[in-house]
Amino acid sequence: MAGVGHALLVIALAVALYGIGASLHGARSGRRAWVDSGRRAVYALAGVLTLAFALLEAAFLRSDFSFQVVASHSSTTTPAFYKATAIWSSQEGSLLLWVWLLSLWSSLVLFLARRAVREIAPYATAVLLGFATFFLGLLVFMENPFATLAVAPAEGVGLNPLLRHPAMMFHPPALYSGYTLFSIPFAFAVGALVANRLNAEWIHATRRFALAAWLFLGVGIVLGARWSYTELGWGGYWAWDPVENASLMPWLTGTAFIHSIMIQEKRGMLKTWNASLILATGTLAILGTFLVRSGILDSIHAFGASTLGVPFLILIATMVVGSIGLVLWRRDALRSEHRLDSLLSREAAFILQNVLLVAMCFVIFWGTFFPLISEAVTGSKSSVGPPWFDRYTTPVAFAIVALTGIGPLIPWRRATVRNLRRNLAVPLAAAAVALVALALVPGVLDEPKAWAFAGIVAFVVAGVAQELWRGTRARRVMAQEPAPMALVSLIRRNRRRYGGYIVHAGFAVLLLGVAISSSFERSKDVSMQPGDRTSIAGYDVRYVRATTRTGSEKIVFGAVLEVRKDGRHVATLTTTRGFYPSQDPSLGIVGRFFNGEAESEVGLRAGLGRDIWVVVAPDLLPLQRIIEEGDRTFAAAMRSVARDGADVDGEALQQLFALRDQAIAGVARRWVTRPWPADFRLIVSPMATWIWIGAIITLAGGAIALWPAPAGGRRKVTAAYAARLARDLARSSREAADVA
Amino acid sequence: MDPSRKRRIRLVVALTAAVLLSSALVYTSFSAGSDEKTAGQLLDSAVPGETYTLAGTVEPGSVRRADGVLWFRIMDPNRPGVSARVRYTGLVPDPFREGRGVMVKVQRSGAGSALFIAEKDSMVTKCPSKFQVAPEELERRQADPDGLPPDRRAAA
Repeated sequence: MAGVGHALLVIALAVALYGIGASLHGARSGRRAWVDSGRRAVYALAGVLTLAFALLEAAFLRSDFSFQVVASHSSTTTPAFYKATAIWSSQEGSLLLWVWLLSLWSSLVLFLARRAVREIAPYATAVLLGFATFFLGLLVFMENPFATLAVAPAEGVGLNPLLRHPAMMFHPPALYSGYTLFSIPFAFAVGALVANRLNAEWIHATRRFALAAWLFLGVGIVLGARWSYTELGWGGYWAWDPVENASLMPWLTGTAFIHSIMIQEKRGMLKTWNASLILATGTLAILGTFLVRSGILDSIHAFGASTLGVPFLILIATMVVGSIGLVLWRRDALRSEHRLDSLLSREAAFILQNVLLVAMCFVIFWGTFFPLISEAVTGSKSSVGPPWFDRYTTPVAFAIVALTGIGPLIPWRRATVRNLRRNLAVPLAAAAVALVALALVPGVLDEPKAWAFAGIVAFVVAGVAQELWRGTRARRVMAQEPAPMALVSLIRRNRRRYGGYIVHAGFAVLLLGVAISSSFERSKDVSMQPGDRTSIAGYDVRYVRATTRTGSEKIVFGAVLEVRKDGRHVATLTTTRGFYPSQDPSLGIVGRFFNGEAESEVGLRAGLGRDIWVVVAPDLLPLQRIIEEGDRTFAAAMRSVARDGADVDGEALQQLFALRDQAIAGVARRWVTRPWPADFRLIVSPMATWIWIGAIITLAGGAIALWPAPAGGRRKVTAAYAARLARDLARSSREAADVA
Repeated sequence: MDPSRKRRIRLVVALTAAVLLSSALVYTSFSAGSDEKTAGQLLDSAVPGETYTLAGTVEPGSVRRADGVLWFRIMDPNRPGVSARVRYTGLVPDPFREGRGVMVKVQRSGAGSALFIAEKDSMVTKCPSKFQVAPEELERRQADPDGLPPDRRAAA
């Protein structure tokens, strides 16, 4: 089967190359048949890659260890859920996932736009297939996912324990969907520049894909944050790690893009900016994949595979140089049709928001690549930590959130004092009330930044509520609908607008959760034995008892803690640390079960007011002596079994292993029967849950904006679009007449 | 005022602001950045009181824990046999183990001392998505199937 898989990849590569040729020839010669054939090559590519992906997935599900990638990333004891996801824990599998998702999204956009953007589509097809060719080239020539082993091992290595989390099913595919979806507006922007069709047509064809990319990338980022909060045992959700930053950068520029294209659609402005922004976003998405996969910023680590660095750098350099070249080449056609009328207008708010988002992206880019920059400048590798990132990103985030509140409240073109007063009075009053009320809460003024930020969030949420209320009221009068019905139909008929407002409110709530939880968080490291007590932020915490479990996959040491406040029971928390057996024989027959990879399960009581978070770090050193004794005993017994005959007695060996399992369980039970002090980290984090609530509201708003409008609404949009197109055409013909 | 002149002034103001802000960014990153050093470099030239980022692999067999303090040695990737002893407190990320690459912020405990005191909670290990299985591990699997734990053998 591996041979079939590899053959499918070779076929896919050939199909992609054919598609590029057919599309470009069709575009140059004007022959539609070739263009259609190029588009169908994308459909064929999606079909072939679906087969290849299914083939590899099947090998994982049936634990076929003759596939090298299966043997090194899965095992028979890996639960089926994780067998299915292990495919993208490997370098080869994740590259295959990338190109497969790209082929699916490309097919979708080309199918939907098959009767529109006729001049642009063939070039966009060639660009999308160019990406596919690059990744297929890597898969065929460098990282073959269908490589086989001469002798299939009896058992695989298993999925890295740290990757065993429900988010493993959704986090990587969501991120990769985000990255690949951003390549679609990128490709159409390149197409528009090459074909010199620089009106809003290409934006209209791909706007929804940019929004989908933004949404998927957002889902991926949030799932990753949640994962590290509940699993990795350090109590944080964001660490400014290069891999995290890699996903945030295209998300920021993508956010800027989905706002600034509105100005191009409505007023024909910012054409150069929009083209540059999406070209940068597409490049950053590839850079994200590169950072995750190349290990360039982690070269001190022994586990990174950095063989892909050079091809990726060539691709990124091509994208950067090509993008700059294209924008310079078409700079005349990219001139704005209008000028900014006033600094007090929605356009100006959008432009400022765009500048801030791009500035934030630049800060993160600089900090992420600083080790490479400093090495190039000073010869010594230097890195900046979270405080450096926080220093710059916090004020920018303040300003961005304030603009999410102001933007929807000021009109296009020019605001007057009267409409500013009408629109801003309620949100400003809400902010003032919130600030005064919070100032009365003891301790809040100790953190003035968080306090001020809460005022901004009140302003944003009140602004969104005011807009929804006004719209609902108008609809009630017009359509004679009851209020809840009017609200639903208001949002249904203006999904993009109100979905966007909901995103604004959700994002403000999310950042409020970040501001409050990080400012008022209390944490404590403490060593306790069962029966011991400690206190943190007004809570009494008692270590009730130790627990242990010896399973086929891992040995688990746990602790049950009771949390009380003012004598009342608040929560019972269970936290564990699981040790997966190491395969390193030098660690000893018993010792290898206690010295392998470990993963923490956090004890978490989440609440709207605060999260109580606890993790245990059991110290296994007191077991070391008995483990070493076990190693010696069983090594001697193993030698005697092996000496007894020429053929090792399988039954005796099984009995010996059964005895060893009992011994291991006995050793682990000492954690419960003769407990010794264990280290705990306790965190009380106010309003941390609002991060996740805010994220859900944000993503729900994004999904509302993405959902196709009902038939009536679509007609309206189409009519507005047709009017714009007519204006564009009239302008082009005027220009042509002028030239003539 | 002439609109084109007004636009030019706006552009100059915006560019000046951008240049000033970027200079601040560049300056603070160079002054706040902590140098990544290997164990050998720190043993040779680290000054007590200065903070450095020590990067390298945790020496197998060197990890000890006592009274909430973690002791280990970090090997120099370029100079075999050279390693620095580290005293670490605070949270240890799950991926930490012997033989794994880590980064930790340290200060030398005294002039000429081979002991480095780590800043609390400063340890960084690699994102689990990047761990790859070493090829030797697979070779070992093929050569020594009996080295597997019994439950895995039974399942296989």
